[in-house]
Amino acid sequence: MADKAALALKGVTKRFGGLTVADALSFEVPAGSRMALIGPNGAGKTTVFNLISGVFPLDSGTIMLDGTPLENMPPRLRVGAGLARSFQNIRLMPHLSVVENVMLGQHVLVKGFASLLSPLAWQRGSRWRQFAEASLRDAGIDVDPDSEVSILPYGVRKRIEVVRALMSRPRLLMLDEPAAGLNPRETAELSAFLKSIAQNGLTLLVVEHDMSFVHDLCDLTVVLNFGRMIYDGPTRAVQDNEEVRAAYLGRRRVLTRGTYPAA
Amino acid sequence: MSGYLSGVLAILCINLIFAYGIFVPAAAGQINLGGAGFQAIGAYGTAWLSSVAMWPVWITIPASMLVAGLIGFLLSFPVLRTRGVYMVLATFAFGEVVAGFLLRTEFFGGAIGMVVPAHVGLPVLACCAVSVILLTFYLMATRFGLLMRSVNDDEAVAVLMGVNVRAIQVAAFTIGGALAGLSGALYAHNFSFVEAQYFNSFLSIYVLLFVLIGGVQTVWGPLVGTSIFTLLPEVMRIGGSWRYVVFGAVIVLMMMLRPQGLVTRAMIERVSPRRLRLRRAVVGGSHGR
Repeated sequence: MADKAALALKGVTKRFGGLTVADALSFEVPAGSRMALIGPNGAGKTTVFNLISGVFPLDSGTIMLDGTPLENMPPRLRVGAGLARSFQNIRLMPHLSVVENVMLGQHVLVKGFASLLSPLAWQRGSRWRQFAEASLRDAGIDVDPDSEVSILPYGVRKRIEVVRALMSRPRLLMLDEPAAGLNPRETAELSAFLKSIAQNGLTLLVVEHDMSFVHDLCDLTVVLNFGRMIYDGPTRAVQDNEEVRAAYLGRRRVLTRGTYPAA
Repeated sequence: MSGYLSGVLAILCINLIFAYGIFVPAAAGQINLGGAGFQAIGAYGTAWLSSVAMWPVWITIPASMLVAGLIGFLLSFPVLRTRGVYMVLATFAFGEVVAGFLLRTEFFGGAIGMVVPAHVGLPVLACCAVSVILLTFYLMATRFGLLMRSVNDDEAVAVLMGVNVRAIQVAAFTIGGALAGLSGALYAHNFSFVEAQYFNSFLSIYVLLFVLIGGVQTVWGPLVGTSIFTLLPEVMRIGGSWRYVVFGAVIVLMMMLRPQGLVTRAMIERVSPRRLRLRRAVVGGSHGR
């Protein structure tokens, strides 16, 4: 046990037909760290999340979560292994109330037939419901827990999804563009909230386009471009990296050659 | 109580149990268009156990319910490999196979059908219907109910939440089969006679319509849908065959105007006592919702 990596990808490769969406990706997320996964559109960031959570099988490579190999584990068991995630386009259950969505997140902690068949909806004081309501409050979500999720504002639903992911008490939390669509105040609140939960040994892996959010939250960054990793290091140095700048903005000489018409 | 009224109420009880047998899998996202097949299994199981094996009613009914549930369990594995319209077709085919099998099997009386000696009256039917409705309310209030609704809403996310989607679906389909079987067993004992032609595809279609038009979002849906569509044709009996035209038009209008069903979750939430209390508090308070 030399290196304490919460998550370790080694040679992770995935092809969709002729398109290589993950090309021999190898990187480690140190335990307790907050890492950002960035890259231009179509770089394969969400694909990496889908490979880790098991939406697609790998073509080759290994994924280790706290030393447990994930690549052959059925997706539904990966939650129990300590993995939780949110989704780029909110995937709350539309016909479940706020608190029911959050209680769904507790599923892996629920043991035994008796708890499966106790009338949860009739027990307003049950410990599961209180746990869910307290977690919503801790995240600063001040809505009626029985309201329908579909009528709530985007920013609130986004944060409910984070709370739902936290319900399984994960060791690694993967958030797919948590700040997208949030206003500056909500973004700042989210960042503060994520920092506070990350203090209890939770490891964060965050896909995000908002660079000020990334700088504020994440000490480490991995940059992907066309399924390849082009940067793995501290967040503060990422913008100085020549290859990263080229991936986002194009190479300097292309611009100077005058391919753009004069404005 | 007149014979006519108790006859209508008996059908209502049987239809209600049958409808909840379709509702439980539907709440977990599975459309079962083979309901008549399960009802036939319950009815013929009871008929055989009652007339040939001469078992008493309190054994024939649970036994045939168990058989229908077991067949539902076994059938769920191939059926759950299909989705959407293919699941509808697979269950429809199952219903047809059962009806065809019963019609061709001398052992079960063939086209002549079977006489069921033991009679069960309206009070027992009503008790069973009330129990099934209460049981379904209970089931949907449990965490298992929450999981069924999650599977219906977004199967892929349910898997990533750690839910054993297959187990939930198999359980729902099995419970549904057993309830439809119970309705068949009660039908057999109440009508004292079963014939394969009764369990045809129309029966499957009607009961599915009761459930879908009533709404699958809440347990109230099948209760409302079944009651309206069982009692309405009786009320309109004066109109002769025109009632089928009206029935058809109502179905088309429902699909156009309210595809989510008559009763929705939001509607129940609006009239719940807790919500009314909350609203009064808000109106009296400083800010609106």
